[in-house]
Amino acid sequence: MTPSDIQVEEAQSVPETKKVVNDFSIRVATVNGTGSQTSNLVLLRALFQMGIPVTGKNIFPSNIAGLPTWFIIRASKDGYLSHTRDNQVLVALNPETAEEDVHTMPAGSAIIYDEPLKLDRLRDDVVFYAVPFNKLVAPICRDPKLRKYVRNMIYVGVLAHLLAIDKDEIARALNKQLGRKKKALEMNWAAIEVGWQYAQQNLTKRDPFLLEPMDRNWDKILIDGNTAAALGCIFAGVTVVSWYPITPSSSLGETIIDYMKKYRIDKETGKATFAVVQAEDELAALGMVLGAGWAGARAMTATSGPGISLMAEFSGLGYYAEVPAVIFDVQRVGPSTGLPTRTMQGDLLSTAVLSHGDTKHIMLFPGSAWECYTMALEAFDLAEEFQTPVFVMSDLDLGMNYWISDPLPYPDRPPNRGKVLTEDDLRRLGRFERYRDVDGDGIPYRTIPGTPLPAYFCRGSGHNEQAEYTERPDAYVRNMDRLARKFETARQRVPAPEIIDSSGARVGIIGYGSSHYAILEARDQLRARANLETAYLRIRAYPFNEQVEAFVRRYAPVYVVDLNRDGQMRALLKLDLPAELASRLRSVRHYDGHPIDARHITDDILSQEASL
Amino acid sequence: MSTTTTSPKLNRIGLPLAAYKGGKTTLCAGCGHNAISERIIEAFFELGVDLQWVAKFSGIGCSSKSPAYFLGGTHAFNGVHGRMPAVATGALLANRRLIGLGVSGDGDTASIGIGQFVHLVRRNVPLIYIVENNGVYGLTKGQFSATADLGSMLRNGVVNDLPPIDICALSIELGATFVARSFSGDKKQLLALLKAALSHRGLAVLDVISPCVAFNDHEGSTKSYKYVKEHDEPLGDVHFIPSYEEISVDYEPGTTRDIRLHDGSHLLLSKLPEDYDPTDKMAALRTLEEARKKGEHLTGLIYINTNSKDFIELLNLTDEPLATLPVEKVRPPKEALDEINESFR
Repeated sequence: MTPSDIQVEEAQSVPETKKVVNDFSIRVATVNGTGSQTSNLVLLRALFQMGIPVTGKNIFPSNIAGLPTWFIIRASKDGYLSHTRDNQVLVALNPETAEEDVHTMPAGSAIIYDEPLKLDRLRDDVVFYAVPFNKLVAPICRDPKLRKYVRNMIYVGVLAHLLAIDKDEIARALNKQLGRKKKALEMNWAAIEVGWQYAQQNLTKRDPFLLEPMDRNWDKILIDGNTAAALGCIFAGVTVVSWYPITPSSSLGETIIDYMKKYRIDKETGKATFAVVQAEDELAALGMVLGAGWAGARAMTATSGPGISLMAEFSGLGYYAEVPAVIFDVQRVGPSTGLPTRTMQGDLLSTAVLSHGDTKHIMLFPGSAWECYTMALEAFDLAEEFQTPVFVMSDLDLGMNYWISDPLPYPDRPPNRGKVLTEDDLRRLGRFERYRDVDGDGIPYRTIPGTPLPAYFCRGSGHNEQAEYTERPDAYVRNMDRLARKFETARQRVPAPEIIDSSGARVGIIGYGSSHYAILEARDQLRARANLETAYLRIRAYPFNEQVEAFVRRYAPVYVVDLNRDGQMRALLKLDLPAELASRLRSVRHYDGHPIDARHITDDILSQEASL
Repeated sequence: MSTTTTSPKLNRIGLPLAAYKGGKTTLCAGCGHNAISERIIEAFFELGVDLQWVAKFSGIGCSSKSPAYFLGGTHAFNGVHGRMPAVATGALLANRRLIGLGVSGDGDTASIGIGQFVHLVRRNVPLIYIVENNGVYGLTKGQFSATADLGSMLRNGVVNDLPPIDICALSIELGATFVARSFSGDKKQLLALLKAALSHRGLAVLDVISPCVAFNDHEGSTKSYKYVKEHDEPLGDVHFIPSYEEISVDYEPGTTRDIRLHDGSHLLLSKLPEDYDPTDKMAALRTLEEARKKGEHLTGLIYINTNSKDFIELLNLTDEPLATLPVEKVRPPKEALDEINESFR
């Protein structure tokens, strides 16, 4: 059933046949800095606890208070966890955007609005519910300063009643959000009650949207990608973290600090088994990470595009001097300051070759909050195994939004610390040469300071196998060729792509990162709408392994889904694949700063298929 | 093989001076930096420093090449221009037992790297930070640096019309805990200051005027050998007495200060100007300013504070090096992850 099919019902109860259950989305339009994020997370969490597959997308401004912000909560009985532009319930609380918000809703929508805005005059094909928020909040909150925050909790109560959200789950969710703050908890609960009672006494249900408990989430967790990534770093055994605050990566650094304080203070001595430094800038952040990595620590930083640009010089040093480092790039919209609170996969091309000269970096592409965790574990192993910076390419959508996920798995193997020379190695090899490829995989042995093993001079200037300064052409070429060989070895060691082959498929889709769930849904839409069967390959790392080439050989055309204007992954594939395959690659691009939705992919592919 | 019967002099850990030497210098003959390298070799040899624990750091420039020319058997990290402080900070956090020795230049510290230098000072990272200061860019053939004095002249006659950054004054202002200036030509003073720096807990800033024979050693330069010799204004004499030796020198009372360093060594400052208190920040800044007005290079230990916590203590780091902590110390148990997962349900 689509919203346009819905007849506006006058009756208080919705007839069974007209019900839309667990298959619609709520758009909450508020002003930022008014605590609406807390209200929205209470709603999101309550739905999660009811066992309904649910996603939340926070579309927020780069501002502390006063600009428009939207939060989209999608319930999907079919389990689609991607963003949607098709919303059926609107909470209109921002006077500045209210009219436009109302006009974007499809016919048959339900709109809850702040009574003084008089939005009901705008349309007659939707259901309006007026709620006098200011009148309701006054008696429960005496402090005018707190009122603007508490006021936003009222719509939670109104929605709970209208949509039949389990009130106990609302209470549990509120407790989860504000559990430690007793006074805030009480005041906010009062606001939810006021909203609920107002709706019960004054609003007649005239829309078909309802939520009912399901049993889908009993073994799941609800988590944002940055928290998952932070936990991955901690369980990987990170010891040195240096970061500079930048949206949307800041919560990664802050979450590491929170958990480190809880789980990484030595119980016997009361001392820290970690160092976290808020650096003066991103240059210093990566500099400290390289210093720590060189000295043998597991070290990382987290940043976003502008920070990546600043880290260019040090990234080249890390590549050339062969120092392990883990860099989380929680990508946002560029170029320049761009749209700092919006999402993009915009740093692929620049990061793949970040720095001057011939450089190539390993990149990992988490496609879920779960992979933000598991790939953090893998990134530290790869960084030490390959003695090189490893970039984990998350983005704002993955990092800052909340996702239903399987529980985070405990690491099943000890950390791989790579080829750190031991005394046995030294006896076996007869001598230590820092940059000699003794095993044929391009990866040399290293020693770390503070041990009796031989030392070496680590430098970003030209060096030979013995780490001695040299400008000899032959030594330079040997070293660069070995680095290229090392990168080839990495192809087989980085996370392999995830492939869904389909026997009846002619068309392939390649995706990566935060577009994963939208692609899964788009494949179903393509099948349902146009009987178009597709195969799907999700890239999980760069360099690509041979399965990527084989996939492109198996299907044509192959649509590469990118959250950027220039089709950066497609460009990277074109660089890497044999030239004759280039023409098979087509581009589905999305770059307005919002998370990608399935319909965008479906429409784009169908329109390109039609023009074939 | 040597045919002489006299064995070389060994230090207290049984090593000869040769063990502390490095590769052959590629710097110009007569470069002040080479003299500084020699003093570093002597200081580490004489104090019997175990080279396994030494980590050398540098940025980019003539100065930053020099770590290849001393303490050859030690680990070193020659990073990018102006960013040595970050690299050193990371390494010293990774392994708190390392003895960090950083060598930078005036361009590396006072221009491209001043941001990192400033924050290194604020953090009081336990590192000996030597600025080989010649007021000029050598590898790019003779441009002024930000420490060039007002009115100082390049070989081609260009006169510097911007005020200099005084690394010592800046460091004191930012809360540095050990600030000294010396001259590459003053063997005795520089050696004593280097030894004291090795015993200091926290950042030790040594701004060493080190004339550039290729580009800044002419008439009209305020950092030429001739000018510095004529205008070197030592702030008394500096004597270092290591922890394992007894103080056996008598000094005239009133003009001598005995500073006990972190490891039990002593720094004796004699023949100080009357009432000069090197623990008095304002006095130090005033004395530097007065010397600057007179066109003098004030040298010696200018400021010291032995009571501040260094960055390692501030971060409450565990005694074992972070880099080599066993997995059970750095990976919380499965129960911890279970508890965390439960909190997201």
